[in-house]
Amino acid sequence: MSAFLTNVFAGLALGSTYALVALGFVVIYKSTGVINFAQGGLLALGAYLGYTFANNLALAFGVAILLACLAAAVVGASVERLVLRRMVGQPPFAVIMITIGLLFVLEPLITAIWGFDSLPIRNPWNIQTIEVGGLVLGVRDLWTIGLTAAVVVAFFLFFRYTAFGLAMRATAFDPEAALAQGISARRVYAVSWAIAAALATLAGITLAAGPAGLSPSISFIAFAAFPAMILGGLDSPAGAVLGGLVIGLAEALTRGYQDELFSWAGSNVSVIVPYLLMILILLIRPYGLLGTKDVRRV
Amino acid sequence: MAAKPHRNLVRSYAQDLRLFGSPTKRAGLAATLIVLLLLPTVVQDDFWLSVLIYSGITAIGAIGLNLLTGYSGQISLGHAFFIGAGAYCAARVGGDLGLPLPLWLLASAAVGAVLGGLIGPFALRLRGHYLAIVTLGLIFVGEHLWRNLTSLTGGNNGTSVLAQPRIGPLDLGALEIAGENYSRNQGWFWLVWALVALVALLAKNLARTRPGRALCAVRDHDQAAEVIGVRAGRYKIGAFMVSSAIASMAGALFGAYQQHVSPDDWTLLLSIQYIAIIIVGGLGTIFGSILGAVFVGALPALIDEYSSVIPGVATDAGGEGFISVFALNQAIFGLLIVLFLVFEPRGLAGIWFRVRAYFKAWPFSY
Repeated sequence: MSAFLTNVFAGLALGSTYALVALGFVVIYKSTGVINFAQGGLLALGAYLGYTFANNLALAFGVAILLACLAAAVVGASVERLVLRRMVGQPPFAVIMITIGLLFVLEPLITAIWGFDSLPIRNPWNIQTIEVGGLVLGVRDLWTIGLTAAVVVAFFLFFRYTAFGLAMRATAFDPEAALAQGISARRVYAVSWAIAAALATLAGITLAAGPAGLSPSISFIAFAAFPAMILGGLDSPAGAVLGGLVIGLAEALTRGYQDELFSWAGSNVSVIVPYLLMILILLIRPYGLLGTKDVRRV
Repeated sequence: MAAKPHRNLVRSYAQDLRLFGSPTKRAGLAATLIVLLLLPTVVQDDFWLSVLIYSGITAIGAIGLNLLTGYSGQISLGHAFFIGAGAYCAARVGGDLGLPLPLWLLASAAVGAVLGGLIGPFALRLRGHYLAIVTLGLIFVGEHLWRNLTSLTGGNNGTSVLAQPRIGPLDLGALEIAGENYSRNQGWFWLVWALVALVALLAKNLARTRPGRALCAVRDHDQAAEVIGVRAGRYKIGAFMVSSAIASMAGALFGAYQQHVSPDDWTLLLSIQYIAIIIVGGLGTIFGSILGAVFVGALPALIDEYSSVIPGVATDAGGEGFISVFALNQAIFGLLIVLFLVFEPRGLAGIWFRVRAYFKAWPFSY
């Protein structure tokens, strides 16, 4: 039983990371209609900036996280301003390919600056554990879950109660009507990219504080967050969180029971579980668990 | 005396759809064929021949992707999966069973078509973003399969591909015509570029007849296409099947030429390379796919060969320089995609068409 609970806990921690990244996808998709394949690049960039702030500049870890999120937000907004702004009104193919192109530019840039080696990020969590009722819980995992929960709550409050949150929802709902009310769509687009980049950075740093350290392959986590977004529904923030947790749990449980239940499927089958789940959900409910079914008109 | 109509005047649809319309086009085609025929006897250097052979193989795969993405508008990041499937099929059918070239090539195409037919139905329910993500998943699921279906693929270490380029008594790997011996690379050059011409002809014919127009209608608006009597679903699946069959053929050739393949060959980077090729070459043109393949497909080999003279490039792990060959390739593909989409969305083919139109209309060009 305790082995099962340990797996569930690991799954929730992983799922929180997915949820943060998926939330970033949804924010950008809702306000600009773009699926951002470059999210993984922004995530890695943010995490490496966090490394620079925490290790090279020797700032306190909390300050380093905040600064990295801010810096990544600036990068995200600039990318939107410099590249994506030109693509407004282009077909989805062109826009998707632009973001993929950006990902493939960002990744080598990161390896050119920080190298390929795995870097240990200086953090107060390390591999400390605490024991609760016979269960050994990692401090980092607890922080990941706690931070994600706090961010998600703040996120929903922002959208529900602030004027700018309302402006973003209005733009997502109907850009032209929002423009007519005097809302600056440009600012909404830039801010949504900034928010997504900051969320990705938070996910990246919490992940990099783990035992694996920080390496360029960290950007792959964003690919696994696609299934989370699809599972929840492309346009549903709540769905992104739910999808992230479900995908994280499924992956951790498959990994935990690899030898007993899944040895027939080959080693490391847990890596592709998110994609298999995604294909399944797309066949049953293409618009996701909480997404809205889109109506197409000729 | 009645004046002859100007050579550019088109008076019927049949005339407009002719494959080799004007005398200039026919002359250009004949010149290209002669150059391709004579090139390997002039350029005998193994490095340059191998670069051109890889470009040709890539051109075949790119034509397949362009039919799917350029003509019918279905975004696929999974092209590498089908290429890999073709290579493994060549290894088993051509290598282990020792069948001749036409058979292992056709077997690979058949495997590709079946796999494409299995993936195609997803395109019916999903469009745009969703399809891109599902085909991205296909890359990862495929990689898992390649690494674990050890008996078929040799697992992580890969498998050697012993398929021979032999048609009856003719062995293109060691060609002998009228007492003259030709090297393996020369034989492969003729084989690959003959196949490029064949596939290009097939694709061009597909594109200029009813199926091609139907695909374009589906691309522009699938529901509107249904209204005017195009079975959108059937054409989407068909496009997937044709595209992946061609991709598998390219994979079979790639494997047989390289003689060894491993799962590391079929990563997302390969799919992105193909996408970069059709964007740089020109979406929705057969000619552009070949043009893009020659320009972009040759890049990795050239960078690898000249990495020691490009400043800042590390030739091996731990060497001097801040960027590795692999990372440089990746960055170049990314940059090409972004720059072409922003500044020249019609690609190299678009530039060529503009230049041609200028001279065609001369002296009234504007």
